[in-house]
Amino acid sequence: MIGGLFIYNHKGEVLISRVYRDDIGRNAVDAFRVNVIHARQQVRSPVTNIARTSFFHVKRSNIWLAAVTKQNVNAAMVFEFLYKMCDVMTAYFGKISEENIKNNFVLIYELLDEILDFGYPQNSETGALKTFITQQGIKGQTKEEQSQITSQVTGQIGWRREGIKYRRNELFLDVLESVNLLMSPQGQVLSAHVSGRVVMKSYLSGMPECKFGMNDKIVIDKQGKGGASDEAGKSGKQSIAIDDCTFHQCVRLSKFDSERSISFIPPDGEYELMRYRTTKDIILPFRVIPLVREVGRTKLEVKVVIKSNFKPSLLAQKIEVRIPTPLNTSGVQVICMKGKAKYKASENAIVWKIKRMAGMKESQISAEIELLPTNDKKKWARPPISMNFEVPFAPSGLKVRYLKVFESKLNYSDHDVIKWVRYIGRSGIYETRC
Amino acid sequence: MCDFPFFSLVCTGEIFELKAELNSDKKEKKKEAVKKVIASMTVGKDVSALFPDVVNCMQTDNLELKKLVYLYLMNYAKSQPDMAIMAVNTFVKDCEDPNPLIRALAVRTMGCIRVDKITEYLCEPLRKCLKDEDPYVRKTAAVCVAKLHDINAQLVEDQGFLDTLKDLISDSNPMVVANAVAALSEIAESHPNSNLLDLNPQTINKLLTALNECTEWGQIFILDCLANYTPRDDRESQSICERVTPRLSHANSAVVLSAVKVLMKFMEMLPKDLDYYGTLLKKLAPPLVTLLSAEPELQYVALRNINLIVQRRPEILKHEMKVFFVKYNDPIYVKLEKLDIMIRLASQANIAQVLAELKEYATEVDVDFVRKAVRAIGRCAIKVEQSAERCVSTLLDLIQTKVNYVVQEAIVVIKDIFRKYPNKYESVIATLCENLDSLDEPEARAAMIWIVGEYAERIDNADELLESFLEGFHDESTQVQLQLLTAIVKLFLKKPTETQELVQQVLSLATQDSDNPDLRDRGYIYWRLLSTDPVAAKEVVLAEKPLISEETDLIEPTLLEELICHIGTLASVYHKPPSAFVEGSRGVQHKRLPGSAGSGESADSPDTGSAAGVSEAPPAVIPSQGDLLGDLLNLDLTPPTTSGPPPAPSSGMQMGAMDLLGGGLDSLVGLLHMGAGFGAPPTAMPASFPPPVSGGLDDLFDLGGSVGMPMGAYSPPKSIWLPAMKAKGLEISGTFARRAGVIQMEMTLTNKAMSIMTDFAIQFNRNSFGLAPAGPLQVLTPVGPNQSIEVALPLSTVGPVMKMEPLTNLQVAVKNNIDVFYFSSQYPISMLFVEDGKMERQVFLATWKDIPNDNEAQFQIKDCHLNSDAASSKLQGSNVFTIAKRTVEGQDMLYQSMKLTNGIWVLAELRVQAGNPNYTVSTVVVGLCEFMSLVSSLRLSSDLINNFYPVKTVVFN
Repeated sequence: MIGGLFIYNHKGEVLISRVYRDDIGRNAVDAFRVNVIHARQQVRSPVTNIARTSFFHVKRSNIWLAAVTKQNVNAAMVFEFLYKMCDVMTAYFGKISEENIKNNFVLIYELLDEILDFGYPQNSETGALKTFITQQGIKGQTKEEQSQITSQVTGQIGWRREGIKYRRNELFLDVLESVNLLMSPQGQVLSAHVSGRVVMKSYLSGMPECKFGMNDKIVIDKQGKGGASDEAGKSGKQSIAIDDCTFHQCVRLSKFDSERSISFIPPDGEYELMRYRTTKDIILPFRVIPLVREVGRTKLEVKVVIKSNFKPSLLAQKIEVRIPTPLNTSGVQVICMKGKAKYKASENAIVWKIKRMAGMKESQISAEIELLPTNDKKKWARPPISMNFEVPFAPSGLKVRYLKVFESKLNYSDHDVIKWVRYIGRSGIYETRC
Repeated sequence: MCDFPFFSLVCTGEIFELKAELNSDKKEKKKEAVKKVIASMTVGKDVSALFPDVVNCMQTDNLELKKLVYLYLMNYAKSQPDMAIMAVNTFVKDCEDPNPLIRALAVRTMGCIRVDKITEYLCEPLRKCLKDEDPYVRKTAAVCVAKLHDINAQLVEDQGFLDTLKDLISDSNPMVVANAVAALSEIAESHPNSNLLDLNPQTINKLLTALNECTEWGQIFILDCLANYTPRDDRESQSICERVTPRLSHANSAVVLSAVKVLMKFMEMLPKDLDYYGTLLKKLAPPLVTLLSAEPELQYVALRNINLIVQRRPEILKHEMKVFFVKYNDPIYVKLEKLDIMIRLASQANIAQVLAELKEYATEVDVDFVRKAVRAIGRCAIKVEQSAERCVSTLLDLIQTKVNYVVQEAIVVIKDIFRKYPNKYESVIATLCENLDSLDEPEARAAMIWIVGEYAERIDNADELLESFLEGFHDESTQVQLQLLTAIVKLFLKKPTETQELVQQVLSLATQDSDNPDLRDRGYIYWRLLSTDPVAAKEVVLAEKPLISEETDLIEPTLLEELICHIGTLASVYHKPPSAFVEGSRGVQHKRLPGSAGSGESADSPDTGSAAGVSEAPPAVIPSQGDLLGDLLNLDLTPPTTSGPPPAPSSGMQMGAMDLLGGGLDSLVGLLHMGAGFGAPPTAMPASFPPPVSGGLDDLFDLGGSVGMPMGAYSPPKSIWLPAMKAKGLEISGTFARRAGVIQMEMTLTNKAMSIMTDFAIQFNRNSFGLAPAGPLQVLTPVGPNQSIEVALPLSTVGPVMKMEPLTNLQVAVKNNIDVFYFSSQYPISMLFVEDGKMERQVFLATWKDIPNDNEAQFQIKDCHLNSDAASSKLQGSNVFTIAKRTVEGQDMLYQSMKLTNGIWVLAELRVQAGNPNYTVSTVVVGLCEFMSLVSSLRLSSDLINNFYPVKTVVFN
């Protein structure tokens, strides 16, 4: 298991060091600094083995988190734990920075003591941790409160405490999708997928039982066959094929596996209910058509057309097209019909920004790039043209069908809960080769 | 000076100041002071001088302060053990505190203080906490047992904590269960042979229930533990798989990977024609793909694991090529791993796409990545023959880019393509030659020189090209020098007239002006060859080269199997067994996939003492070893068409019964197998039998010829187990013998190396009958070069048991001062027949009658020149006892019994027709029906096996 955990600043100074196992000596701290943080070359692997000691590291801004071990630990678990550790710290004191870590080091030690015992990760849900690890110290707890805390930390529903009360029961569902595309210069889709997340903010009283439904093909088909409900057919809603999905630990996985229904008792506040991935029938909101022509050795002509491909009534926002330029670029002239375009020498790219664009429209940019003559034999690698945008629909076609809330003990019903649903589609890695 | 008050502590003078603050009356001040101490501790300053003052602060009701003091204690208690005792009272008191959080904190901290005196005091509180009413305390106490075990294992055992820990597996709280499992797993790791984690269907059921309820981390502990279990049969395996599959949808990648590990392992046991098997395969792909959208570090771990999974079961991801396409922004370590997997998945169906991608990558920035991409194109050409042409043209395009390292890498792979497809793509040589000057890396230069030498007859100016290299001969690396020498000799043999001068020159450079022995030796050999027999030289130098294999850098199968058992862990990331990077006893245990009967995957072990009759027997009745078990079982359970042999368990006594079936019977039959002859009656030949594993009765009978030999157990002649080539000069040949009731391994160790060998030691892998060395290997004197030494190693049969395939396979590791070497050999089954294998007549009869006659198979023994009495006495020498003899119509029937070292009885009937020197004997192997079905469902417990399991062998004419 994890033998020790260190946090360093960008210079390699130790900010936090907690050793859990006897086989990890003080020299491990230095070994990581010397061999990884101060290493000459770029880090080639997130796992490093130095003198039979393995170091796992992740970096958040300029802070290094390293877990150390001498055993054959579950590597995936160590990384998941490091991420979790970052989440917990962020939930407690915001951004992970040298300043915040130094100011909260006592708290961090306290957390580390709680969420990692002898190198074994323990309950690390912030909701539960916040009930008994506070900066104020626990005072005046009654016996009931104490046992409530412990039963929550160890219990089946470790992510939610009992006795939560809201005057207004409200929940927000955000379907956040990032659409990824790799397209050949000829417009052929090399790979495309949507990775989506359903993020829920719940402000519900008691221990509500929730059921979430979406237009999952398997579910709709099953219902259609059974004839129990032909709602899908009637409303003309299309179902989508989900390649795979993963759920927050509150979701009952065995139930999903057998009935494909998503039921859970939600944590309080904001959390990620599920992640999913689709590859079929993706609506690609934009198409990029590049045209690069080399005119002699010192000039390049670039023309890029973008076409929006969704309902004209919808508006895409924050559109940004990034056209890479060679390293030996000396000057660029840009003409664009819409938005603003600028050559950014430091980024070796022309950045073209459009604030808003409606569906089924088209826009174009053309640029002349002057090059300095070089002796460099190596050809310019032509990185792909990448794009960023935000659209108010889900490119995968996912629709929330329902989210039912049942709380048998308290006197509010599904109708009393105010529910908000929002769809946002963003660009992930949306690239077109040129 | 500094914004962070706690981190500004610099000079030692402040220690004094701190001391004062720590002893202050004000709580706040005290707390601030302790914080400062902890801060200094963090940055590595020695604040141990403050020990008594800090410990004084322990007695407080302020939990935050208490935790800080504990933190300090954990760090410094070891350096000040006497002072640490001062803290014991507080700990003990805290363990009684009404607040469960404080009780847990105390027991947690106490376990972290590695001072013997403290651990003594820990036992009582720990015992109480293990039975605490609050689950939070219990889950903390469970981990504490593991801590204590790490400090003082004996103490934990003596105090009976292990039993309490085992009880916690049945706890009502899932987190307590998870922590208890984690603690037990860790403790079990340091006691490889203990039955600590006594996994049986009941406990497995408990774990699977807890799996649904506990935290994500707990799920990982439980799944990792489950992966160590070996289900008893395919049904149990399937039901566990069914309950584990929902985990594949967990948001935590580690849960997913651990679930994949369990499924990959248990899947081995499922029959391939089962519907569920296919369903499971389909279910595995999506979660693996989803792992690739995780954070890059996890992607890396996932990719390293996928690399293993793809090698073991390529079918899972064969349609998912696209997800492994490299993204421009992927970190380099992700890119390199994806590239590896792309090559593994490359097939005729997707090669066009793959090539287009690879070509794209070859223009990227990162040099390592580009090189690997170019190399990948070459590997595709070798792997997918149809694509070779396209690959070559892609490589040529890349050579045209003139980017130095791309060109060099391309030339290296083109050399391999030439070797794989000789006389196909030589047209590109001209293009390659154009780039001769730009090559500056030894590997590329050597490859180019090889090409020129190999195709010297097609390159007009080959001599000029090679001559140009010769100028700087001494500055070249050895690799290039050797290649150049060979290339010029090849050239000379092809065009002797024009190149005489050149070859003279290179030979003299290599032999006279070089101080590299390899180069000099090679030079002399060529010289001698050329001067004595040019024809022979031609045959040697221009010999046809063996083809190169399709897949390079595949992981060796046994290692792969072991790594599959370690999915998700560091071992799977490093692609090394845990013993390679873990110190001490932990992780040294080698894990193996459960063997599936009839899989035939490891069927190619050589027959060491193969009998003469083998080649003469009709080939149809010689199945591969792996199929044998399936056939034997088919014979008894179902018609031969069904292919659903029950899987064999892989460890423990459980398989004793299976052994008998798998190897026992075939050996038994082999035992009675004697060369040449007559066809078997077709109706009586439902099953087919393999050749004897290593000498059986035929060998025993062979012995019969030589009169005057002592009547003893048969021992096959020595055969070479470990050729000197494979073991740096150490050759081991040997045999097995049973002498005076002791199994002996008799070996001849021959040193064919130049240096003296010492420090010999030997070790066996777990094997079917628990064979293990009874003592150390007795090689007292060093073995000099060309010297050999005879050793006899007595063996015991009390070692750990694991089913081997073939059954009598024995994997051996021999160590000497040079290295460790591995080989496997097979012992004759007759070694295992014990002296007290003579069954009571009455018992024999009763048992014999119990065997139903409806499942029969036959075997022939041919060409036996012994009469029944001679055969009987001969067999007795090998502990095959004749219980009774009957003569019916000129046929002698011998009823025989033997007993194996693991207590299994074997009964046989042998029919011999006297008077005919060239008679036919065929056997009928009959298994007990209920025995068979027992085996098939693998519901056997070890004590059952220790009872009778008679198998009747009937031999008739």
